[in-house]
Amino acid sequence: MDAHHHDHSHDHAGQDLPSDPALRVKALESLLVEKGLVDPAALDELIDTYERKVGPRNGARVVARAWVDPTYKKRLLADATAAIAELGYTGRQGEHIVAVENTPETHNLVVCTLCSCYPWTVLGLPPVWYKSAPYRSRAVIDPRGVLREFGLDLPEEVEIRVWDSTAEVRYLVLPERPTGTEHLDEAALADLVTRDAMIGVAKVKAPQAGGRR
Amino acid sequence: MNGVHDMGGMHGMGPVAPEPNEPVFHARWEARALAITLAMGAWRKWNIDASRHARERIPAADYLRMSYYEKWIAGLEMLMIERGLLTRAELASGRPEPGAPHAIPPLTAGDVAAMLAKGGPATRDVPVSPRFKPGMTVRARNINPIGHTRLPRYARGKLGVIERDHGVHVFPDSNAHFRGEKPQHLYAVRFSARELWGAEASPRDAVYIDLWDDHLEPA
Repeated sequence: MDAHHHDHSHDHAGQDLPSDPALRVKALESLLVEKGLVDPAALDELIDTYERKVGPRNGARVVARAWVDPTYKKRLLADATAAIAELGYTGRQGEHIVAVENTPETHNLVVCTLCSCYPWTVLGLPPVWYKSAPYRSRAVIDPRGVLREFGLDLPEEVEIRVWDSTAEVRYLVLPERPTGTEHLDEAALADLVTRDAMIGVAKVKAPQAGGRR
Repeated sequence: MNGVHDMGGMHGMGPVAPEPNEPVFHARWEARALAITLAMGAWRKWNIDASRHARERIPAADYLRMSYYEKWIAGLEMLMIERGLLTRAELASGRPEPGAPHAIPPLTAGDVAAMLAKGGPATRDVPVSPRFKPGMTVRARNINPIGHTRLPRYARGKLGVIERDHGVHVFPDSNAHFRGEKPQHLYAVRFSARELWGAEASPRDAVYIDLWDDHLEPA
């Protein structure tokens, strides 16, 4: 089949369908169930997985482990897919992972300019802003401006490396461990690590004195 | 294709707008849309590259107007019709055509965890020699295919340096059109910000893009 032979202006499948996406998806699901193409229980299970089981807590555990265990960190930077699999996180949208390390001299930032590629196994599903036109268009041409909007104003002498996820390789930023966290154990460190820090639009902050953490 | 999906470097899209405490889904239909898309993938009538290309083929004005999961559903509807899982009449009426066979879903609830944990690796264990080595300077080819490509416009014709060889991966530019996987070496290529954006850009910053042998030429 050659997709170029389609006349795109006439085969936009949805032209006669409800414009309200909730109605359209409901009608589509009913049709697919009636034809025996999908099992509604499988849909429930898929949703439950991404709402409750897979999310940035996975990535935070990876980062905390790398902070406390230098040999794990070495494995993570050499072969992140294998090192992350050690903690039990494998599979869809995490088949090939590269970890990139932030240091005082280098800051890494991840984007997918062409679509929405994101390391699901360690961060879950991407937030809306990551998939949005403003982030996808600007992260590569104006990373410093984008970071300033996230409240991160990096000095000129810090090198910014933007990773445009154009293949099936997914990038995970290993943030810097904040100073003042020497007394924290691995679980407490994992609680500090945010999704945004693992995308590279934030740094990990030390717990506030007297704060909740 | 030189579509509006290829957004790197465009101006005028506005500020990034993060949402504090964003939920995984903003409405139940978004969750259903994700799940239906993943479940339909189990029919193996298309591949991830064809899925991406379907979304790219949404007319540009619609692409910019639609929310993320609206694009997923529009792309899924295209693929189901093109690959023979649904007819246009069924989609319009919401009812199976008279006499249509009743299928057995390939993905059951009990299979979900194993299916997701397995994923769909893009590497292929075939003996293909790399054309380039880390440290070599390369030029991203100036190509403008009307089909799918993972070489973004902003890098075409630009000089970069091979940073790392990711090994042999499926080539999306052919796989999206069911013209074979054409496995070949994939590299992270470093492009300096000044090479991409000119003298006003930072002298230190760089963009790394994953590109395949067929996207690159010796410099």
